[in-house]
Amino acid sequence: MKKLILTLGLLAGMASTAVSAAGGAELPYKADIDQTDKASLQRGAKLFMNYCLGCHQMQFQRYERTFNDLGIPLEVGMENLVFTKDTKVGEHIKNAMPKEDAAKWFGAAPPDLTLEARLRGPDWIYSYLKSFYVDPSRPFGVNNTVFKDVGMPHVLQELQGVPEKVYEERMIDGEMVQEFVGIQSDGSGELSEDEYDRAMLDLTNFMVYIGEPMILERESIGWKALIYCFIFWIFAVLLKKEYWRDIKK
Amino acid sequence: MFKNLVDWIDARIPMTRVYNMHMAQYPAPKNMNFWYVFGFLATIVLVNQIVTGIWLTMSYEPSAAGAFASVEYIMRDVEYGWIIRYMHSTGASAFFVVVYLHMFRGMMYGSYQKPRELLWLFGMFIYLALMAEAFMGYLLPWGQMSYWGAQVIIGLFGTIPVIGEDLALWIRGDYVVSGATLNRFFALHVIALPLIIVILVFLHIVALHEVGSNNPDGVDVKRPKGSLSDDEKTKFEFHEYYTSKKDLLDDVVPFFPHMVLKDLMAFGVFIFFFCYVMFFNPDMYGKFIEHPNFEMANNLKTPEHVFPVWYFTPFYAILKAVPNPFGGVVAMFGAIIMLALLPWIDRGKVRSWRYRCGLHKWNLIIFAIVFVILGYLGGTPGTPFKEMISKVFTVMYFGFFVLLWLYSKNEKTKPLPERITK
Repeated sequence: MKKLILTLGLLAGMASTAVSAAGGAELPYKADIDQTDKASLQRGAKLFMNYCLGCHQMQFQRYERTFNDLGIPLEVGMENLVFTKDTKVGEHIKNAMPKEDAAKWFGAAPPDLTLEARLRGPDWIYSYLKSFYVDPSRPFGVNNTVFKDVGMPHVLQELQGVPEKVYEERMIDGEMVQEFVGIQSDGSGELSEDEYDRAMLDLTNFMVYIGEPMILERESIGWKALIYCFIFWIFAVLLKKEYWRDIKK
Repeated sequence: MFKNLVDWIDARIPMTRVYNMHMAQYPAPKNMNFWYVFGFLATIVLVNQIVTGIWLTMSYEPSAAGAFASVEYIMRDVEYGWIIRYMHSTGASAFFVVVYLHMFRGMMYGSYQKPRELLWLFGMFIYLALMAEAFMGYLLPWGQMSYWGAQVIIGLFGTIPVIGEDLALWIRGDYVVSGATLNRFFALHVIALPLIIVILVFLHIVALHEVGSNNPDGVDVKRPKGSLSDDEKTKFEFHEYYTSKKDLLDDVVPFFPHMVLKDLMAFGVFIFFFCYVMFFNPDMYGKFIEHPNFEMANNLKTPEHVFPVWYFTPFYAILKAVPNPFGGVVAMFGAIIMLALLPWIDRGKVRSWRYRCGLHKWNLIIFAIVFVILGYLGGTPGTPFKEMISKVFTVMYFGFFVLLWLYSKNEKTKPLPERITK
């Protein structure tokens, strides 16, 4: 029995080490988000509906489910967060942009974002949102350090201001080199740097929620299931001992 | 009343007799250790896959246009659909975890040796059918990895000389993986292969009960009829099927309840880990559900890296280690065929590694390590260094069988105990 626990534990350990060893490309920021923070999720929903939904759909998720999970009364949600005409609360989160035209405008149709957080992970989304910078060589005048030559404009520029790459002069191997140290806004946006970071965390949080809307329920059932398994195991051990008591080793 | 009912049934179908023969009065060696629980666990997982699979089918739509959306429909709109789906996806990987441990048990204790060759072969057929089942099931969510994984694996058949291209076309039903492929894989995944697997599992158990269970010592628990005194004989009542031709030593216990309780205890541990994955880490860091699979299949966009799911990666590494594509396919299937031929490659007479030579023990341990490392190499992006060591480990994989064949003929073994030990 000890060996079984040990073996399965060891396998799980091996799997996670192998995965962390494999790793991915390094991301500049970590998204410190909290799925239980309803206010943050609501702010994230507001940002998404206002700035992202014009181009990106969440076609597998319904408004009603979202409002209910986030604690938004349905009427309030319908009035403030649904911008397409004749949309009922039970419908999927979609926009009116024709796909073929979108492909012509941006080079590729803007992808559906229902599962973006599961595809790329929260850290990637947060880093991506913070990594736009001015690049006059691109069609929309911006580029992104996380998603090279991205096809979309910096939609959140009115919030962040104009983000510029910042370089520092450093002496490396006896030569003065311009080294990239980060992205800095010119401060012309509505939000301060901290406020913008906070808003991007909210948006990331919301996208993680949309990716797996049952995430909180899943974990809460999970704890009960684990406790149940443990109690089951104790009874199984006791019953086995009882039956095996008279059997000589 | 109840007895009358049982009698009525027994007069018409051998219910009690079969139950006694295969459950309550089947003799199992009492020294079976924890390595012996994985067959039971595999059966549990099989039942889990079938039951959850039936419920998934109720809401899944097998078409290129609707498959991806219907999976998300199950995850979001179907009541507790996400539990059913995670049970199924976690179960797929859990199946291979327990099957690999089950196979390794057979190798440690020589369970494939005479007279259990056919039992081992049925097991290998189950393993093959399981791989086909898992591969076809992985296409059904219609994500990017589903699509490109299938494209790559079916493409392997295209490397076969002369008939290859036509064969791949015949499997796909189209020039690329398409809705036609999805529909036929769906049919095979939900009807044909489960049926084959269930029949094979039945045969596997029939074969097991015919020859009897092996044990960690690999020594027999049966003696010729009439050679044992009453003291040495088992005190339990076993079915005459097992006692009419042989005497059973006092080393066996009935499968039910004794072995089943041991298995149930192991089940408690197994289900704990299963629930942990299912509820807290359902994609298991992108190993059980690969992250690119959260993007719908797109035949115009190849993912940066295409890997099969983790349980295929050791063989995928062998495939890639051979420079010639068809050679790679031969090596990959050869790797599986070698396992199937173990009963004839191993010429030893002693079953358990406890009483075999030290070289055998090391050979087996190194083989297990090589298998795990090949799995790592086949599931991560290649570098020139990795490609080189893939070749080394592929040679080592086959080296296990060559060595075994060589030393097992005149092996220096330890003396076997008269009876089973602890």
